[in-house]
Amino acid sequence: MKLSRRDTLALGGAVATISLLPLRASATTEAATASLKEFTGGADWAEGGVELTAPEIAENGNTVPIAVSAPGAVAIAIVADGNPNPGVAEYAFGELAEPMVATRMRLSGTQGIIAVAKMADGSFKSASRAVKVTIGGCGG
Amino acid sequence: MAKIKPRVKAPKSVAAGEVFTVKTLINHTMESGQRKGKDGNKIPRQILHTFDVTYNGAQVMTATQHGAISANPYVEFQMKVNESGTLTMKWLDDDGSTYETSKDIAVG
Repeated sequence: MKLSRRDTLALGGAVATISLLPLRASATTEAATASLKEFTGGADWAEGGVELTAPEIAENGNTVPIAVSAPGAVAIAIVADGNPNPGVAEYAFGELAEPMVATRMRLSGTQGIIAVAKMADGSFKSASRAVKVTIGGCGG
Repeated sequence: MAKIKPRVKAPKSVAAGEVFTVKTLINHTMESGQRKGKDGNKIPRQILHTFDVTYNGAQVMTATQHGAISANPYVEFQMKVNESGTLTMKWLDDDGSTYETSKDIAVG
């Protein structure tokens, strides 16, 4: 498959973004994991089955549009692993709702967003995205 | 803060069981508690911590929001209904205030 120049740039950008992410768990990554463990009651989550949409590059960290969709989910939690506080939001769905939500969040800087979905059978699934932030969104 | 006015976009009528999108927006500073004022001290947190959606009294979706949700929170969700009724949306503020709005939806 021949890559267009646009595709090559996007691929290069993705590789550069991922290489910028810290490789070891930082204090904030641990806080994010702890926050998610509170949501799951200590249970682990398996990657997959959750679609998390977020821009690769957020020009303004004050308002970053995100969307999460998890077929079969009864609840979704979203955390950011580099913000002063990891919790972003939790959503609980009743029978009339589709298990999806779109909203806008603040990112203090380049970091990862993790969405964990609680499935009807009690299991947990997840997805994560790295977002590069040019202007941080914590009023600083 | 300016007067809080929620805005909701939802269809006026749908077919029974047809999935539709609801878009909500409410103006609110969503003060995260992280910002520092001119005196150098952190401005206390004041956000809309809960967004609750019900249809004819039944829970549709409840969102618990934290400081990382942007100012003027936008929430878009999807749902379906089997009977005509009223979609009610409530926002709860840290300061104890409640903001509410509703939309009638006809099924036929």
